[in-house]
Amino acid sequence: MAKVTLTVNGRTMSGECDDRTLLVHFIREKLGLTGTHVGCDTTQCGACVVHMDGRSVKSCSILAVQASGSTVTTIEGIAAQGELHPVQAAFNQHHGLQCGFCTPGMVMTAVDMIARHGGALDEATVRHELEGNICRCTGYHNIVKAVLSANEEMHGAARQAAE
Amino acid sequence: MGMEGIGARVARKEDKRFLTGKGRYTDDMIVPGMKFAYFVRSPHAHARITGIDVSAAKAMPGVIDVLDGKQLQADGIGNLICGWMIHSKDGSPMKMGAWRPLAVDTVRYVGDAVAIVVADTAAEARDAAEAVVVDYDELPAVTTSLAALGEGAPQIHPEAPGNLIFDWQIGDGAATDAAIASAAHVTEIEIHNNRLSPNPMEPRATLGIYDSAEDHFTCYTTSQNPHVARLVMSAFYNVAPENKLRVIAPDVGGGFGSKIYIYPEEIVCLWASKKTGVPVKWTSDRTEAFLTDAHGRDHVSKVKMAFDKDHRIIGLKVDTIANLGAYMSLFSSAVPTYLYATLLSGQYAIPAIHANVRTVYTNTVPVDAYRGAGRPEATYLLERTMETAARELGISPAELRRKNFIRSFPYQTPVIMNYDAGDYEASLSAAMQAADWDGFPARRAQSEARGKKRGIGMSCYIEACGIAPSQAVGSLGAGVGLWESAEVRVNAVGTIEVLTGSHSHGQGHETTFAQLVADRLGVPIASVNIVHGDTDKVQMGMGTYGSRSGAVGMSAIVKALDKVEMKAKKIAAHLMEADESDIVIENGELKVAGTDKSLPWFQVALAAYTAHNLPAGMEPGLKEGAFYDPSNFTFPAGCYIAEVEVDPETGKTEILQFVAADDFGNIINPLIVEGQVHGGLAQGIGQALLEEVRYDEATGQILTASYMDYAMPRADDLPSFTLSHQNTPCPGNPLGIKGCGEAGAIGSPPALINAITDAIGINDLTMPATPLKVWSALQGSSMRMAAE
Ligand code: FES
Ligand code: FES
Repeated sequence: MAKVTLTVNGRTMSGECDDRTLLVHFIREKLGLTGTHVGCDTTQCGACVVHMDGRSVKSCSILAVQASGSTVTTIEGIAAQGELHPVQAAFNQHHGLQCGFCTPGMVMTAVDMIARHGGALDEATVRHELEGNICRCTGYHNIVKAVLSANEEMHGAARQAAE
Repeated sequence: MGMEGIGARVARKEDKRFLTGKGRYTDDMIVPGMKFAYFVRSPHAHARITGIDVSAAKAMPGVIDVLDGKQLQADGIGNLICGWMIHSKDGSPMKMGAWRPLAVDTVRYVGDAVAIVVADTAAEARDAAEAVVVDYDELPAVTTSLAALGEGAPQIHPEAPGNLIFDWQIGDGAATDAAIASAAHVTEIEIHNNRLSPNPMEPRATLGIYDSAEDHFTCYTTSQNPHVARLVMSAFYNVAPENKLRVIAPDVGGGFGSKIYIYPEEIVCLWASKKTGVPVKWTSDRTEAFLTDAHGRDHVSKVKMAFDKDHRIIGLKVDTIANLGAYMSLFSSAVPTYLYATLLSGQYAIPAIHANVRTVYTNTVPVDAYRGAGRPEATYLLERTMETAARELGISPAELRRKNFIRSFPYQTPVIMNYDAGDYEASLSAAMQAADWDGFPARRAQSEARGKKRGIGMSCYIEACGIAPSQAVGSLGAGVGLWESAEVRVNAVGTIEVLTGSHSHGQGHETTFAQLVADRLGVPIASVNIVHGDTDKVQMGMGTYGSRSGAVGMSAIVKALDKVEMKAKKIAAHLMEADESDIVIENGELKVAGTDKSLPWFQVALAAYTAHNLPAGMEPGLKEGAFYDPSNFTFPAGCYIAEVEVDPETGKTEILQFVAADDFGNIINPLIVEGQVHGGLAQGIGQALLEEVRYDEATGQILTASYMDYAMPRADDLPSFTLSHQNTPCPGNPLGIKGCGEAGAIGSPPALINAITDAIGINDLTMPATPLKVWSALQGSSMRMAAE
């Protein structure tokens, strides 16, 4: 048994778990945050993506004990109270989700992608960077549209503010 | 249409919970005292069980119990069934072997469940499962349908000699043979339809809860049709009577057919909950999903298509062998028969058709409906044959199709279906225009200049949706009726709940069904809630598959709304002292036509519940239910065009454009319909280029049991799609809806393979057209060319 302490979505939380417990299971089962999903057992589907110390990671590919001491943001933590994050809003507006199972991972990946590229995103880049996130419902068409639109919204707004 | 009514591009109401991590899927459910299950599964494709020793496993940390098939059988739990009776052409009924929820004496595929371990944690259950000792006597295994029918093949079920389940036919064999004998040209081709794993992103899961005080079971499960699950578990599996069994399918993360069936795990977890006295949850991992979720397709067919001298099709003869796997899953017998061979006329007037279908057992995962279910197999067969014929006859693929299109409706095919409406020319023209078909030769020349091979291909599909008229399917062997139910409850404050037997697992019913109500009553969709997926809330329903929720499910809502409106009008007429026939419902008000008298909707609702002043003899309340049984199938159709570039150095195919022109009848929400097409296209393109379940033929081991080995379409495997709609309303249902859920998966594989074979100039290519296969084909042809 190990004790794991994490700052999750702004709150410090700790819990006991097996040494072998994956971060995704710790988040889902010990912390009760079930928005982060498990879609595979070979770290390929991306349903489990969270942000750890500001970088997107597949929470099924890391042990909870390895993550101890870090700051984690999950899908439950990216929107301001009662409002959608621009990426979430764009997924809604462009119908970038159907069954919703891949969606938390997609959104977390997209938020990270948009931040890293500083506004310079095109369709080919988005498709390439979604390599690690599988969606079986949408054919990706509307996910790509949503990511590009959120990128425009966020960086367009930043540009306007700078002017 | 109004801002939120029928035809409006409304963003989905249900999205917010999914986008904020508040979706509630089965694996998210936590109940007090809950424990976790892990299944011991056969590592062999075919073996006799000679002993099971659970003593070491029972002593492992956290283990509550380990239960096996003998105990399950002793408790009277029944075998799994196939719900559609098919008779062979000699009149004998299909030969169904026993499928026990936990195998007792024989295992028949890798993954066949043998025992269940219940423990405090999922990890402990898994560890203990490793300690269960099962003694097996290995038997020879067979994985392909052709081998299973061969002389001396391993015998899988004693009930089915030679592994043949049924040998069925449809159509007029003699007339078809005569047509072929008199033909000016006969195109012959062998068609393989590759085996697929549906792979909804949410793995299957179930939570069985037994309440001993009430002697009552609750089953949370990843189901597309919780009511059918309850019916079958109650009537056939002897789990509990219906009034003692509640089935809840909460948010479900995709189904594509694979979550229609009742699997062993649901039954066993319910039973194990009673045995152990604790709630039992099981969640599949992805490898288990590959090992146990019903697969799709896996047909091998021989085709003869006969033409007269004017290139008109005069006959079509098809001989198909379908692999049904180790056991007959719930709808497995219907898929390669009535959902397949009845669509073999396609969009064409073919005077004589004959199809023979043999289904066989093999030591593989059971095969059942996967997105399209039979119709993709029919379309792939026909459209590959049409393309081949056009090449042989030296005429353009569009011309050959145009020459043979059905142009007047209704049209009775020789294989049962009666097409009610359509305009195939419209979709073909729209697709060709959108794809700039005429500009293709110039584009091909450009590719050639860069050393690339460019190709273009089309496919014209039809499918039968809106499943299905109960009497008709009953006469064909279905064990259930395929109507749908709805209840519209108007609350005293005027807000509305619609209860439906349809189930949404990505289709967006919470939005589209609310749009229908908004359209009828002029109330905002925010005041309409859709209730589904719980047998305690909705009395009965047949669930969601076969693109039936719009055409059948919404038609039931229309019927219930008709009744609600009629009663509301009576009340309003009474309150406003007007004639009932003068009352109109508009923008959330009941108005007396031609006057300025009106009552807001909520006031009429309130009046129904205060019941202070109702017409004489009227019951209080405003709530109506309806069942809707369709009079016919619906027939969505369309034309898809793919343009590809093949790199001859690597064999890799790049999709340059993909055009889909569809006729779905009337559309409730274009945003959602487009999403359904995109998703279907991705699955169809996956089948054509990437996906295939493979077995090792010698051992029966599955070789593609993870995302490392089974190629799922990713974002950069796919292009953005070009969509258009040419809608002819369906005359068969009140909303004129045909359905759109499966079209993409049906129409796209042949368009792609037609395009790739056009690019490489070699017609003989099987799915998936992997770079290795395409490259090898090109090497073969250059070797042939060099030798010539
Ligand atoms: S669950 Fe983490 S990548 Fe699939
Ligand atoms: S929305 Fe269902 S898997 Fe992506």
